[in-house]
Amino acid sequence: MTLSVTAPSDGIHQTADTWRRQTSLRRFYTVLGVSLLLAAMLSSMWFADEANAGHFFDRLPHILDFLSWLVPKDWNDVWRALFDIASPRDTGTQEFNFPLGRVYVWGGFYVPEYFELMLTTVNVALVSTFIGFIFAVPFSFIAARNLTPHPALRLVVKRFMELLRAFPEIVIAGLFAAIVSTGPIAAIIAIGLHSIGALGKLFYEINENIDMRAEEGLTAVGANWFERVRFADLPQVLPNFVSYTLLRVEINVRASTIIGAVGGGGIGEELKLSISRGFGAKTLALVLLLFTTIFIIDQFSAWLRRKLVGEQAFMMGA
Amino acid sequence: MATMTAEEMLSIEARHPQVFRRPAYKRFGPLLLFVGTLLYLVYALWFFSLPQVLRESHWERLPLFLTQWISYDLQPEFRLDQPEIMPKYPRFSALGDNPNPDWVIKNADGSFTVRIDGQAKSVTFDKTYATIVANGQTVPVALTSGKPVVSGPVPDWMTVHDDEVVAKMGFVGEVRVTVDRVKVRKRFLGWANFVFDTRSPFFGKSVGQVISLIISGPELKPGTSNLALAGDNIWNNAQWQHGDVWTKLLQTIVMAFLGTLLGGIVAFPLAFFAARNITPSGVLSQVLKRFFDFMRSVDMLIWALFFTRAFGPGPLAGSAAIFFTEIGTLGKVYSEGLENIDDKPREGVLSTGANGLLVQRYGVMPEVIPIFISQTLYQWESNTRGATIIGAVGAGGIGLKLWEAMRTNSNWANVFYMVLLILLVVFIFDNISNFLRRRLSRTIHDYNRIQAQQG
Repeated sequence: MTLSVTAPSDGIHQTADTWRRQTSLRRFYTVLGVSLLLAAMLSSMWFADEANAGHFFDRLPHILDFLSWLVPKDWNDVWRALFDIASPRDTGTQEFNFPLGRVYVWGGFYVPEYFELMLTTVNVALVSTFIGFIFAVPFSFIAARNLTPHPALRLVVKRFMELLRAFPEIVIAGLFAAIVSTGPIAAIIAIGLHSIGALGKLFYEINENIDMRAEEGLTAVGANWFERVRFADLPQVLPNFVSYTLLRVEINVRASTIIGAVGGGGIGEELKLSISRGFGAKTLALVLLLFTTIFIIDQFSAWLRRKLVGEQAFMMGA
Repeated sequence: MATMTAEEMLSIEARHPQVFRRPAYKRFGPLLLFVGTLLYLVYALWFFSLPQVLRESHWERLPLFLTQWISYDLQPEFRLDQPEIMPKYPRFSALGDNPNPDWVIKNADGSFTVRIDGQAKSVTFDKTYATIVANGQTVPVALTSGKPVVSGPVPDWMTVHDDEVVAKMGFVGEVRVTVDRVKVRKRFLGWANFVFDTRSPFFGKSVGQVISLIISGPELKPGTSNLALAGDNIWNNAQWQHGDVWTKLLQTIVMAFLGTLLGGIVAFPLAFFAARNITPSGVLSQVLKRFFDFMRSVDMLIWALFFTRAFGPGPLAGSAAIFFTEIGTLGKVYSEGLENIDDKPREGVLSTGANGLLVQRYGVMPEVIPIFISQTLYQWESNTRGATIIGAVGAGGIGLKLWEAMRTNSNWANVFYMVLLILLVVFIFDNISNFLRRRLSRTIHDYNRIQAQQG
């Protein structure tokens, strides 16, 4: 079968006319849409510029001045800051007190401060992703239309996960900061709760697309819900689950850095302090470390996902 | 049910060796993974010193904070060492300058009765004697011997300290009695003065009164219509700061919109040069792909902090941060989308002798545009959530306001108000984006179906 446009019976001219009309109508809609988008964009730019403390065109010539503090007087200070080695400039000020942050583990062996902070951030991301995974898996089987034990339960779980996903992480972090004291635990709770919602949604969408024949086979031999999920459904979806969880690890490392910057501890907090005080060498060391870590985690996770589910691991959204 | 004999089992095993004799790494892999995860969790427990943190945490605060999200309290204080007992309210009490609530009753003999929950929970006192009623019990407290003395048994909802008696009445409030003052906290469900604050001339008026004032009343402030005055009073409500909150919310929305759109505009042409099957040079493709990785890996937080320093705090910094991150993300997704296209339309257009630009326009774009738009909408949606949190480091929007309101731990109702607004915005934008993407995915779906039918 081929797709065909029904042409008016009387003549090729009328066909051409129709075609021309349709094209010009489409062109009109395209132009309208693009100009609306452009208008929205320009007014947004104006609004953002108005509301900002410094204005775009006033600040633009000074962008490079701002970069000047970032260039350290001695490039070796970047390495010294990264590995907590004493700098010849150390006069006790916060800008160059590199060795102060050493975390001694065994005798003279120490972990540099920034590596310790990075480790905290990564651990927050890993633990919260784990929390997300553990809760999202059972939730996703309840929330999937084809597998749910009860439709009402499905609706409750779905709404609950939506709420977790939409609830601003920063509020949960702030609430728990007041309860368990500021620091990584509050960040774990906030990111973990968010991950439950985010992973749960992705998971149940996978579940709704599985091959139901295995499930039917197990139903036929009298398996109960848990057995069906465990032996018919889980083996089909697990590679995809793990792939999405790895993707979530990447997102959560970033989230935990940001939550860190607003009081969740870890490298984000240090970075924020260092940038706001204009410590060039320290900032470069932190950016370098953070960049490398995120890059390595992204690449490793991408490699692992490609091994697990192939190229489809990279289709987002669509 | 028939049982299998040993020979049958062996023959099945011989027929399907791949099921029964799997390599060791496959058999023990899950177990190793499980043990590894367990060990990591124990390590994490130690790393975050979880037991100690849990021991030192204040879980009793959680219900308190949560009730503050949806309620407010009034705290009148009565000095007993003055010549005449008079209620005193805190300076910015929700009742305004001239409080005269009907639950504080001055009796004929000069004593006061404060009804905390109707008749069931109340306190009646004069300078020498207080009577606290709650949970069906009436407890007299004598105030004459230099410290409050409870006569009779002390119920478990009441705590007697050295110089103070505290009666907790649950959600509705509490009473604190010393010899020289009585302090009452009465809690109300709801948000106080959500529309008009106590300085507004409309304060304390019913809906009908306000409407009739707006329509036909005399000008409350000479030279301004009552409608304009009411609007101004609502917008500048001192306690809820509607104007500021809504402006900041709009900033957050604008940040996400602008950042994603600009990112898409910049990433779109670059993606053609980065896609392996379209790029004129493999080196350029590699360079661009590493550039996208770079923009993504320098985290949104780093960009936000840098731009906050460059442009000063505000939505401009936030937009720029999202813009830079989005160049990386969208560039990567776009170029991967381009690499997955069907080459036949391109070859067809190329065979007509069209130049490079026309080949992209008519051979490639019709196929990828719906996918690109769909992915951009997805990023827009997730940036709308992300923009809130970026704001808290100074990059503009509602994030900072939210963070400030939370830091004092006293303004949880305002926090909840902002959370509700954010949830509403996220909900609306999710639905717009989902609707558009569903429409688009139908286009993609139709396209794939037609292609499949044509072989």
